[in-house]
Amino acid sequence: MVYVVIAFLWTAILLYVLLGGADFGAGIIELFTSKPNRARARKTMYEAIGPIWEANHMWLIIAIVILFVGFPKIYTTVSVYLHIPLVCMLLGIIARGTAFVFRNYDAVKDNMQKVYTSIFIYSSLVTPFFLGIIAASSVSGQIDLQAGDFLSAYVWSWLSWFSVAVGLFTVSICGYLAAIFIIGQTDNEADRALFIRKAKRCVFVVMFAGALVFIAAYAEHIPLGEWIFGHPLGIIAITTASISLIIMWFTIEKDKPAVLRLLAGFQVTMILFAATYTHFPNIVLLKHGEELSLLAHQGQAKTIDSLAYALLIGSLFILPALFYLIYVFQKKKPGLIEH
Amino acid sequence: MDDFLAARLQMAFSLGFHIVFACIGMVMPFFMTVAHFIWLKTKKAVYRDVTQAWSKGVAIFFATGAVSGTVLSFELGLLWPKFMEHAGPIFGMPFSLEGTAFFIEAIALGFYLYGWNKVNRWFHWATGVVVGVSGLVSGILVVAANSWMNSPSGFDYINGEYLNIDPIKAMFNEAWFSQSLHMCIAAFVSTGFAVAGVHALMILRGSNVLFHSKAFKIAAVFATVAACLQPISGDISAKDVAGRQPAKLAAMEAHFHTEKAAPLIIGGIPDTAAKEVKYAIKIPGLLSFMAHGDFNAEVTGLDKIPPQDQPPVAVTHYAFQIMVGLGMAMLGLAILYFIALWKKKQWLDQKWLLKLFVVATPLGFLALEAGWTVTEVGRQPWIINGVMRTADAVTPMPGIRYSFYLFTAVYISLSVIVTFLLYRQIRMVGKLYDSGAQHQND
Repeated sequence: MVYVVIAFLWTAILLYVLLGGADFGAGIIELFTSKPNRARARKTMYEAIGPIWEANHMWLIIAIVILFVGFPKIYTTVSVYLHIPLVCMLLGIIARGTAFVFRNYDAVKDNMQKVYTSIFIYSSLVTPFFLGIIAASSVSGQIDLQAGDFLSAYVWSWLSWFSVAVGLFTVSICGYLAAIFIIGQTDNEADRALFIRKAKRCVFVVMFAGALVFIAAYAEHIPLGEWIFGHPLGIIAITTASISLIIMWFTIEKDKPAVLRLLAGFQVTMILFAATYTHFPNIVLLKHGEELSLLAHQGQAKTIDSLAYALLIGSLFILPALFYLIYVFQKKKPGLIEH
Repeated sequence: MDDFLAARLQMAFSLGFHIVFACIGMVMPFFMTVAHFIWLKTKKAVYRDVTQAWSKGVAIFFATGAVSGTVLSFELGLLWPKFMEHAGPIFGMPFSLEGTAFFIEAIALGFYLYGWNKVNRWFHWATGVVVGVSGLVSGILVVAANSWMNSPSGFDYINGEYLNIDPIKAMFNEAWFSQSLHMCIAAFVSTGFAVAGVHALMILRGSNVLFHSKAFKIAAVFATVAACLQPISGDISAKDVAGRQPAKLAAMEAHFHTEKAAPLIIGGIPDTAAKEVKYAIKIPGLLSFMAHGDFNAEVTGLDKIPPQDQPPVAVTHYAFQIMVGLGMAMLGLAILYFIALWKKKQWLDQKWLLKLFVVATPLGFLALEAGWTVTEVGRQPWIINGVMRTADAVTPMPGIRYSFYLFTAVYISLSVIVTFLLYRQIRMVGKLYDSGAQHQND
């Protein structure tokens, strides 16, 4: 049963990266859109994201609940040693979530809109950056359970060039996902061209940030290359992702939004896969060669079983409802029903 | 400020903030779907306006409740890692189910807010009901998790180890029913009075009277029915606490000495050094009756509890008095409102009744926060009653006070902004919903 729980954990993280990531990306794209285009970009983005945006962020809650119920030792170790980046991420989540609804639901549209918008777009940048830092610190072996002083226990546990580079990489992935997603939402040629340009630029930013990650890993003696390319599956994942990127480059001009989204989703899935499977079942690598393992640090059998059943039953409710929600609001021109 | 106190205060502030938003986000959908139902049945445009205006409130409160809830799921580990390490696998069941309920709520809310004129109208209405029901289920599950801290079960605590974990048993612990019932009714009471009070104020000001009258009535009926049910649920809770957590009951009542035919102490200033309550009203035998259903029953006092295991008496006692006092005040107003509805219809048009409702606007939430204080402070010094002390659960990271300052600043500013938004929503009712004004002339 523990494998069912792990599968749910991985899927929740993946969906949070894909859906939540595209959502963060919408704010990032807004930040990097010139003032004259901003209003248009925003309108295109939020018509699509509005109905599902709350649901996108539920995946994080699902992942965190799985961790604290099924793997409490992992949850608490990360909570203690990565306290500071977690708080930064939470502040980002609070600011972003509230600014988004405030912007939508303020009855008076005045200068406050500018305040909400700037809070929204900057927190869209900060939140995935710290998510990336947290993800990087969990595998970079910086967390030192024997640390004696504040700095080495609570600051050097996460602050390094590698984690900053992964933070930037995460931000760029979010922007890329959003740009690809939005291409399919546009209703005129000018907007389409605008977002295709943005998506192409994002590809370069992602590659650049990815290169930074490798450089930082090399500088800080993290065997990233070996992790990813030291195993046939890793090579296959990265190769197929690269091939799909090339296919994407040639189809991006054609009006095939579903293909583009599938390709982008596939690429990000492969990156997450390549980044996680080499360590499996370890999920957190600590200093001094210790690690936290999903198998060795799982809860008692009854806990894992009931968690697995709760997740299975839950997904029977959630998935059909979620697909129907997306289906209803993705129909391009919804028929008006008089109420 | 020491870090342990800072951690407790940060948790208290986070929960105290979240509880308000969560309650409104959980109860408002019921008001909204009632108004929506009347609109679908009668086609009176004012009900559509009320529905749409309330749905915006739901959106604002749901989002704020959702982010503050997300923060809490992390804060449990950030502030109380030792607690979560052991408690997570035991009391996690309601949280894993709550994840589903909350997810369903978010999906249904997406349909509801964006579904006007896009989906079948009864399906649309039903998604509103789903928002309310799944919100209520979430609330029950979260309180079930909290009640486990008061009434730990579903494991054996042997030599410092937590063995034979049974998550289902832990979820259905002895306190889950009484606590969830009391919390859910409290959510209806406090949201009902808050919403009714705001609309009553607008009626008194004479703006959009038809709109606000319809809205007032729906909220007031929910509030007053709930206010009448709450004392019954309170009685169930009192008997439950008396049996399970005598220390908490003793602190609530500032009951220092174990005695038979114990008096009910109303008000007063507890003096912990002299072990007496000054200036209090004492009703002989009533505490025994309320705790055990017998005027002569013995009620355990604080003298039977070792000093290191006693909760803070003054805070618990005052909070309990505030909760009960405000509850009684709201019950009184509820009774007046029912008399007005059935016997004295002319009262409904008189200003004094509406003014009373305006005064009662914050009472429900004040009572709610007081009740929350009773249950949390009354459990101290334990985080898991009788098993783990709160002081042993706190994070080893120093400097928590800075995190406390930061989160306090965030929550205060959020409260200010939400109040500001609501003020603007209400002020714009006349402009946004003109069909109400047209009907007024009918």
